[in-house]
Amino acid sequence: MAEAHPVGFQWVIEAKNRGAKVIHVDPRFTRTSALAHTYLPVRAGADIAFLGGVVNYILSNEKDFREYVVAYTNASMIVSEDFQDTEDLDGLFSGYDPETNTYDQSSWQYAGQQDEGQGQGESHVDRETASGLEQESHGPPIPADVPRDPTLQDPRCVYQVLKRHYARYTPEVVERLCGVPQEKFLEVCEAWTANSGRERTTALVYSVGWTQHSVGVQYIRTGAIIQLLLGNMGRPGGGVMALRGHASIQGSTDIPTLFNLLPGYLPMPHFKQHQLFDQWIDAIRHPEQAGFWANAKSYAVSLLKSYWGDAATAENDYGYGWMPRLTGDHGTYQQVLDMIDGKVKGYFLLGQNPAVGSAHGKAQRLGMANLDWLVVRDLFMIESATFWKNGPEIGTGEIVPEECKTEVFFMPAASHAEKSGTFTQTQRMLQWREQAVEPSGDARSELWFFYHLGRIIRERLAGSTRPRDAGILNLTWDYELHGELEEPSGEDVLKEINGYDVTTGKLLSSFTEMKSDGSTSGGCWIYTGVYKDGVNQAARRKPGSEQNYVAREWGWAWPADRRTLYNRASADPDGKPWSERKKYVWWDEAKGEWVGDDVPDFEKTKPPSYRPAEGATGVEAISGDDAFIMQGDGKGWLYAPSGLIDGPMPTHYEPAESTVRNPLYGQQANPTRKVYERSDNLTNPSPPERHAEVFPYVFSTSRLTEHHTAGGMSRQLAYLSELQPEMFVEVSPELAAERGLEHMGWAHMVTARAAIEARVMVTDRLAPLRIDGRVVHQLWMPYHWGSEGLVTGDSANDLIGITLDPNVLIQESKVGTCDIQPGRRPTGPELLTYVQGYRDRAGLTPGHRTPIETPRDADDGQQ
Amino acid sequence: MGSNSLYGPLDPAPDAGYTDAPPRMGFFTDTSVCIGCKACEVACKTWNAVPDDGFDLLGHSYDNTGGLTANSWRHVAFIEQPRSSSGAGTDVPGAFAGLPVGPSSVPATNVVAARAGADTGTSPGIRPAVDALAAAATAGTEFLGTAPATQASPAGGAQFLGMPMTDLPGRVNEAPRTDFRWLMMSNVCKHCTHAGCLDVCPTGALFRTEFGTVVVQEDICNGCGYCISACPYGVIDRREDDGRAWKCTLCYDRLGDGLEPACAKACPTESIQFGELSELRERAARRVETLHENGVAEARLYGNDPSDGVGGDGAFFLLLDEPEVYGLPPDPHVPTRDIVLMWKRAGLAALTMAATAVVAFAGRRQ
Amino acid sequence: MRVRESWVRVVIVGVKTWIEGWPVYRQLTGSDPLGRGAAAQSARSKSLTARTETADRVAKSVCPYCAVGCGQRIFVKDEKVVQIEGDPDSPISRGRLCPKGSASLSLVTSDRRQQKVLYRRPYATDWEELELDTAMEMIADRVLAARDATWEDKDDEGRPLNRTLGISSLGGATLDNEENYLIKKLFTAIGAIQIENQARI
Repeated sequence: MAEAHPVGFQWVIEAKNRGAKVIHVDPRFTRTSALAHTYLPVRAGADIAFLGGVVNYILSNEKDFREYVVAYTNASMIVSEDFQDTEDLDGLFSGYDPETNTYDQSSWQYAGQQDEGQGQGESHVDRETASGLEQESHGPPIPADVPRDPTLQDPRCVYQVLKRHYARYTPEVVERLCGVPQEKFLEVCEAWTANSGRERTTALVYSVGWTQHSVGVQYIRTGAIIQLLLGNMGRPGGGVMALRGHASIQGSTDIPTLFNLLPGYLPMPHFKQHQLFDQWIDAIRHPEQAGFWANAKSYAVSLLKSYWGDAATAENDYGYGWMPRLTGDHGTYQQVLDMIDGKVKGYFLLGQNPAVGSAHGKAQRLGMANLDWLVVRDLFMIESATFWKNGPEIGTGEIVPEECKTEVFFMPAASHAEKSGTFTQTQRMLQWREQAVEPSGDARSELWFFYHLGRIIRERLAGSTRPRDAGILNLTWDYELHGELEEPSGEDVLKEINGYDVTTGKLLSSFTEMKSDGSTSGGCWIYTGVYKDGVNQAARRKPGSEQNYVAREWGWAWPADRRTLYNRASADPDGKPWSERKKYVWWDEAKGEWVGDDVPDFEKTKPPSYRPAEGATGVEAISGDDAFIMQGDGKGWLYAPSGLIDGPMPTHYEPAESTVRNPLYGQQANPTRKVYERSDNLTNPSPPERHAEVFPYVFSTSRLTEHHTAGGMSRQLAYLSELQPEMFVEVSPELAAERGLEHMGWAHMVTARAAIEARVMVTDRLAPLRIDGRVVHQLWMPYHWGSEGLVTGDSANDLIGITLDPNVLIQESKVGTCDIQPGRRPTGPELLTYVQGYRDRAGLTPGHRTPIETPRDADDGQQ
Repeated sequence: MGSNSLYGPLDPAPDAGYTDAPPRMGFFTDTSVCIGCKACEVACKTWNAVPDDGFDLLGHSYDNTGGLTANSWRHVAFIEQPRSSSGAGTDVPGAFAGLPVGPSSVPATNVVAARAGADTGTSPGIRPAVDALAAAATAGTEFLGTAPATQASPAGGAQFLGMPMTDLPGRVNEAPRTDFRWLMMSNVCKHCTHAGCLDVCPTGALFRTEFGTVVVQEDICNGCGYCISACPYGVIDRREDDGRAWKCTLCYDRLGDGLEPACAKACPTESIQFGELSELRERAARRVETLHENGVAEARLYGNDPSDGVGGDGAFFLLLDEPEVYGLPPDPHVPTRDIVLMWKRAGLAALTMAATAVVAFAGRRQ
Repeated sequence: MRVRESWVRVVIVGVKTWIEGWPVYRQLTGSDPLGRGAAAQSARSKSLTARTETADRVAKSVCPYCAVGCGQRIFVKDEKVVQIEGDPDSPISRGRLCPKGSASLSLVTSDRRQQKVLYRRPYATDWEELELDTAMEMIADRVLAARDATWEDKDDEGRPLNRTLGISSLGGATLDNEENYLIKKLFTAIGAIQIENQARI
């Protein structure tokens, strides 16, 4: 956190000065570790083992916050008799289909709900379309009425199922898998549990490197399970805090430029699942579902009205027929492989530099070299715009400028100071930026570029009667323009996003005002209210010093300006604060409403005693003590009966590339991970496959404080470049001795994809670990360098292959295996030969396939 | 001219002729909360339009600007410190206790770092710290099996980076490391009560401001360089392109408008605190007390004592180890300390002569 | 003569000012006998003022690097950004910035920023410059051509697809919500679905 979010870290220091204990767990000793009370080095890729060990500690010692757990989580719900655990099936849950490498999830359901589960065909589709992402704003569909055992004694209740699942995650196992001495591990368990409960809360902070694993979603799930068990969710000082890495990366999932999502986490229509409008709507809301998500039709219709205005009518399903359809995985990595295969003609890069920033840099560059045209919009010249003249493949001869057909447009972009608009920061808060100056030269905002591109396209197609053009000709594309540059008004667009009453034009104040009959419009339902009362709430700037610590009059947070989600849980089931010390939102009996420091994340006047009538659905079905109102059952999920591709409970799998055999299960790695098996995307072998020793070391990558991601905004600036001027690799003294590496000398790292070079930094901040009886060395690299800018160097992402988390299709780039050797890498065509030599030695010959499901006889004949 | 004008405790601004001087302003840099982010370096350069210091990987932990120079007025030092015992302030085993670790190579890396000093483009830039170099060269180089002399010196320089990193008491090279500290400190001009640079400046380029700070006036400095050898901390330095001396001004232009210096404003964790020196000294004393209560016995102040060799610093520090560990002199004193008496006699005579000349000159022109 | 008289007066006043401004004079006549303080202050030093104080206006902004969302104040003088620093009012950041945020002024004002549209023809070995309007027209041509060449109306079973897989987009996550909204809206309307951003990475 101190490394990549230094200003956010001021609050950790503040907490520390007030007596908080800070524990840092990381493969390497960082600037965060330097300020922590306790630092624990761990093996990269073993986080579920670590956190599962904490779950086991909590459950086996009954350290959970029982009242909270019974009231607010699904601990008491009874799981289907058909469910079988990984503990029973050696690393697989029940329902696994080796053909598709996905699960039939029906046996994972609550008792009596088995028919509600997704068939395996659907699970396969869900993986292709990264449907897990839809749950950013709400839980997956689930019926509200489930058998429960509030005593938590039923052997099939979630609490007991969870307890059995993690029973083997003992301190000894944690030590064996993670390399953390038991006493250190127990210290963390004791500190975490002792600091949670009525009077105290503990915050869990992760950086989004956690998402960059083949089990990334399950990492975060494990953290969430702990925080639910300890009663740390929805309460001040608690929570699971994701430190996201870009100014508006939260915003770019809320109002997504993602293939599988529409604004507000509505799914993009799928050609088969959502052929009809009603199928689409019913797929979003479960017809008998509880919670606010039951109103999905209002949100969906309002979005279509925002897109197509008067042309969107009940008769034409609000223009649903104009929507393009998904047929499978159209994610960025699939796209890149399709580029290599010549299937994609044109590519827009909008402030993004995949030649350096995406996994498998060579695939990225070769893909771009096989396009018809490429549009790059950026502040500075970046590697993705110059792959045809300066990229590493020029040296190896894989790209020859005179033979590369790609037409490239470099369009200068306006900076954050040269346009107005909102960023959504990591706590879901929108903040409006005022424009300071006009952009100079040809620099323009994306708002300008896309508005005018759309204008030109619409002019070209004017008068067309082709059905395919109806959607674009009917599009509402009328925004106020201002200034000499004819910049569209960002406020105009934000108003469209907020939504309004179609007849009166009155801006909506809350998504509860949205209608499903076409009488309201709204481009992103979770952002409704940002223009409450006709005021740009995101522009609010009441100084923090003049407010309480929640600072509600600064910016605006979705949903409905709630700063802490699920804050109903900060009060007990009766609506009273759990303790005076931790009071936040509570029920005021006299006023008959929820009051407190924050906007209650609950219906304001629904009393704690409210119980839904028989057969109630939607918001009415939410009980007065159902704190997790966006979940189908109003409960925080310790066990996920649906919604996850790879299982209802997090399970330790080794990374796709690992130096060790999974000590817990026969199944080595995530059996549902997304793999692109191609000769240009090879995976290093892992045990029990042979030849894993060719790549004997674990590597991880991350950021330095002094640089930003792929370097486009930092390696071009002298003041940042001088602070970290060169690509380097950090190794422990022990690894340096083992491989003959010299401090500040050169070394090169090799994987099945590439070999890159870096200067060596020998440091005590890295230490070898003892994993399952043997010493494992880890090395670390920053990933900021490329061939453009004031300071240049090889790119760490070139080392990484493409293997994805099945829920969200994010690549495993925080852990892999490699070799490291002293000296510089070969150059020119010799580099290719050199890497090929490693592939040959690793057995990655034509016809080789990476096993997804580990063969049951895999360990036979192995040492 | 008070009796302490050249040595001993003093409020420097009134002594320098500011009859209505505002309170003396300064920095308290609390290294116990420094996260080494270097925002201070960048904020300083951004505000003062200071040139970059060159793009050289120095290999000294995360420090790549190397030290305070004419082109780096704030500098963050990084000290990687293996420890063979549990860290103070924690009630737990060291971070690396029980891990399969061998002896550390830190002294060996130190030698390489010492030889990797880069040309800063300023003069004298970063000065060699001979003691540290020698200490490092004798310790532990055999571990990596590489003689220091054969190490590549990529930047071509042979200067040390200004920060000794010798073994600490209790650390035995062969012993397995069990714990580790990463110390970070943002260094800056000390704005001494008795500033050697100012005392020797023949042109009046260096002057004492009404805030008690010491500032080089770029419109006066002729680049003679006398100030450089007079600074007991090795802070002040010349730019090679214009020859003039440059250093921290404590953002004199901002202070005049009631603003805080750029580095203190940016500092995310309030490691750099700006304010009235008297108040900062009280705050620092309380902070040390708190840290001691929390078991951080090694916390101590540096440069806060008005009776030290420079009359106390306007910019003082809370350190977690001996000053030498951070590359700070343990007992700095102003070069003019020993010449107070000489000044009182010979200086008076000189001043009389100068005054006569001025009166004559002024009279003639009028 | 009147002209000359006033000129003389100016000279005399000027000399007087010069004399009074002379450090040694001030040193001997003032309260700073050692000439190290008030007497040594140069005219430039005396007139120094913070450029944030003389700015024409201040825009309230947000740092464009990580997602903490630190408040920034952007100071503008003569339509140029002259300083960017933390906004002390922000309850998130309390006026502080990290090294990247502190380098925002160089990010915005760097002369390394590209000012002109550049164009690389197929098989070319170097860039050429292009007018912005021409580039916009050319890009629109290419979007429409790629769309028509790769359009998919229906699948084999007659189910609607309404799309092109011939166009891809990858956005950064420093774009504004309003920008992302228009990007998704336009691409969806033209049937381009391969729209992604940093959040997938």
